[in-house]
Amino acid sequence: MDWYPLFNSLRIAAISTVVIFFSGIAAAYYIAKLPRLAKGVLDVVMTLPLVLPPTVVGYLLLRLLGPNRPVGAFLLEQFGVKMVMTWWSAVFATVVVAFPLMYRTARGAFESFDETLADAARTLGRSNSWIFWRVRMPVCRQGILAGTVLAFARALGEYGATAMIAGYTPGRTATISTTVYQLWRTNNDALAFRWVLVNLAISTVVLLAVNLLERSQRQTKKGVV
Amino acid sequence: MALTVEIRKRLGSFSLEVSFRAEDGETLALLGASGCGKSVTLKCIAGILRPDEGRIELDGRVLYDSAARVDLPPQRRRVGYLFQQYALFPHMTVAQNIAAAVARKNRRAAVTAEKIRAFHLGGLENKRSSQLSGGQQQRVALARILASEPALLLLDEPFSALDSYLKYQLELELADTLAAFPGPSVWVSHDRGEVYRNCRRVCVVDQGRSEPVRTMDELFRSPGTESAARLSGCKNYVSARPGGAGVLVPDWGVELRCAGAVPPETDLIGIRAHYVRPAGAGEVNALPCLVERVIQDVFETVLLLRPEGAAPEAPVLRLAMEKAPLPPQAGSRLTVAIPPEDILLLRKGGR
Repeated sequence: MDWYPLFNSLRIAAISTVVIFFSGIAAAYYIAKLPRLAKGVLDVVMTLPLVLPPTVVGYLLLRLLGPNRPVGAFLLEQFGVKMVMTWWSAVFATVVVAFPLMYRTARGAFESFDETLADAARTLGRSNSWIFWRVRMPVCRQGILAGTVLAFARALGEYGATAMIAGYTPGRTATISTTVYQLWRTNNDALAFRWVLVNLAISTVVLLAVNLLERSQRQTKKGVV
Repeated sequence: MALTVEIRKRLGSFSLEVSFRAEDGETLALLGASGCGKSVTLKCIAGILRPDEGRIELDGRVLYDSAARVDLPPQRRRVGYLFQQYALFPHMTVAQNIAAAVARKNRRAAVTAEKIRAFHLGGLENKRSSQLSGGQQQRVALARILASEPALLLLDEPFSALDSYLKYQLELELADTLAAFPGPSVWVSHDRGEVYRNCRRVCVVDQGRSEPVRTMDELFRSPGTESAARLSGCKNYVSARPGGAGVLVPDWGVELRCAGAVPPETDLIGIRAHYVRPAGAGEVNALPCLVERVIQDVFETVLLLRPEGAAPEAPVLRLAMEKAPLPPQAGSRLTVAIPPEDILLLRKGGR
């Protein structure tokens, strides 16, 4: 069994999770402060990938990054970088598709944050960046952690947009999900089933880890430790 | 050295217009019903909210001045703010909460240890706020505020989050803390007893407007307005107008003698329930009444009296007396006297 799809999937999911973690939190934090109209519009834009079929996302990405499209052609000519059909092309797909999960969960956590904590810190002389990293983030950690794990899980399982922008090249762009489809399509049922089991195992471990983390946090909060 | 505040701010249909001055070492009471703008005023002083216009000055430093376009951020105002729910950082321990307020790293451990000692928090250093009682939370919040070395203390309803049996001891502790604090303090409350015990001077805030600062005794002896009288705990009100040897009370069909001159704009009088007492006929301001109702309170007996000759819809007179073995019965007659010097001459509403 060639383990490349597992390695590739984990690599893509990990990179996109890092990107989504920071961009999702920044978007949640800054959009919450905007005036109502701008907030409403941006909120729709940020959440759209959650409800769009992944193939539509893939199509839009290809329109943007394809070698004959403005951005793709520019990057190809200026830097000789091809944006599609490489292993990291899939990162674009997974970032866009999984971003709303982080954005919405983080926003919910920020909205339930008690602003008097930030006010108190400010009257105590603490800078806004200290307040963000040392008060807001730790107090909202459960929501942020949940969003991160959901985004990671979604990125790991992304198929539609990934297949369109990165394709399926064994040993180069193959991920677990594209491999399962390819194996099933070529009647290699036994191997497809093995990859399904691998995927099930990873997802189970991830969700178990989240539950354990949440439980230990609840206990620390209660003081049982 | 003092705090001077003179601000205006509109919040939707509510408008705030507050001005007062608190001296060094003084605890000024900001007394008002809930929703009158007391908390908004404190937030403007701390820099959490921005007034529309005005000026705030602390120890000669301008914190806010709309004309000179000065608006210091909260971090640079040196204003200690005790929030109603104390606003302790829930993910930090007691020691971490206090240390978070010490700006200089090399002093952090020493100041934290000192405040833990001063506020009797030994043994609780590693507890989180959720593991503390309300009183302990308040001590941690005060320790944290003083660790930041503020030039001014703002207390927003400091006991609203506590059970009443805890309040007495904590109030003594807070009074000690305030007495040791060199700068001015502002104590926001709706509780007349709380501010009477702890403050010498008071600024009444009614529907966003502040009345002039006066001593606590002045507020209780001559509140001037109905809203100030209500805040000072007066329970009996009846319409009146200047006339005779004092005021005429058409609702009760009587004339009451007053001590001193009656201001011509007087249209209401207030009578404290504790100052009405049973009396013989012929005494000054004697008022024959019908006892409508007898209420047994914890430490006193309250009588609701209807003066003879009063109109049916006229307000009753509330009398509070020491518990007696044989209290007056409902339906019986009782003559009471209202001492002339205890009649509060008021204007209806505020201001």
